[in-house]
Amino acid sequence: MFGRGLVTLALITAAAVGLALGMVFLYAPLDADQGFVQKIFYLHVPLALVALAGFVAAGVMGALHLRSGDSAWDLRSYVAIHLSTILGVGVLVTGAIWARASWGHWWVWSEPTLVAFLIVFLLYAVYPMLRFSIEDPGRQGRYASVFAVAAGAFVPLNFAIVRSAESLTHPQVFSTTGSGMPAEMLATFLASMVAMALLYATLWKLELTAKHASEQLRRLRRRAERRAGESVAPRPGGGASAGSSRTGAPALSGTAYAAPRGGR
Amino acid sequence: MPALPLGEAGLYVAAAFAVVAVLVLVYVAIIGSKIARIERDLGALTDSLEGHAGAGVPTRPTV
Repeated sequence: MFGRGLVTLALITAAAVGLALGMVFLYAPLDADQGFVQKIFYLHVPLALVALAGFVAAGVMGALHLRSGDSAWDLRSYVAIHLSTILGVGVLVTGAIWARASWGHWWVWSEPTLVAFLIVFLLYAVYPMLRFSIEDPGRQGRYASVFAVAAGAFVPLNFAIVRSAESLTHPQVFSTTGSGMPAEMLATFLASMVAMALLYATLWKLELTAKHASEQLRRLRRRAERRAGESVAPRPGGGASAGSSRTGAPALSGTAYAAPRGGR
Repeated sequence: MPALPLGEAGLYVAAAFAVVAVLVLVYVAIIGSKIARIERDLGALTDSLEGHAGAGVPTRPTV
C-alpha cells in the first residue's frame, strides 16, 4: 500500500534534483555581495523550509491520528518527524558552513533565526525518547501524537516571531515586499524548493514502506507462532503434539505449521 | 565581510553540498539495509512455513 508509486516518485525526484543542481551551478548568476558562497542558499533555505513544513505536517497527521484512532496516521507522523529531524541536522551544518564563509563565525548566539531553529530542533530531538519510553503501543501513539500536535503548532509561531524580530546578521530572503532577487535567482530557488520537497516526499514514502513491511512481517510471524501454538496445545486427554519446545512454549519447528485448520 | 575568492568559497560550497549528500545517502543506506533484513526474514519465514507444510501434510496417496 505505502510503496505504490515509489519508483515513479524517485525518478521524478532524481530529475528534479538534477535540474535544480544544474540551475544552481550553471544558470543562477553569482551574487554581487557574497559571490560563490551564496550558492549554499539554494540548499540551506529549501532544506530549512521543507524540514519545518515536515514538522507542521507531522502535527496535522498526529491530529488525524487522535481524531480517527487510525495508527497509520501515527506512523506517518513519526516518519515525518524522523525525516525532518535528520534534515534539521543538515540545516544546522550547512547554516554553520555558510555563516563561517560569510560572517567569519560558525555560530552566532545573538542571532534569533539560528537560535530559534536550534530550539525547534532540540524540541523534536526529544520526540524519540518520549515515544520509545512508552511500551504500550496505543498509549505510545496517543502521547506521540499529542507531542506532534503541540510541537507542530509551536513551529509556525516560532517562525513568525523570529521573522518579526530585528535580525542582526541573518539575511531575510522573503519579505512582505517581495524576494528582492533577480528572476534567474528566484527561478533557481523555486526549482530547489520543488526538488527538496520531492526528495522529502520520496524519503518519507521509502521509510514508510520499510516500516509498513516490517510491521506486516511482524504480524505474519505472530500469526505463524499462534498457529504453531494452537497446533501444539494439549488436546483433551492427550499431550502436546510434535513441535512443542522443552519449555512448553510454542516452537516454530517440527510439524506445527502443517496442522490443518480444523485440527484443533 | 568581502566575498571570498572562488577557490576558498568553492570549498565551503562543496562541503555544504557534500554534507547533505552524505546525510541522504546514509539515510537511504540504513533504510535499504532494513528492507534487505525484512526480505531475508520474510524468506526465512516462508522457507520455514513451506518446509513445515511439506513435512507435516501427508501427501495424497497415488492410486
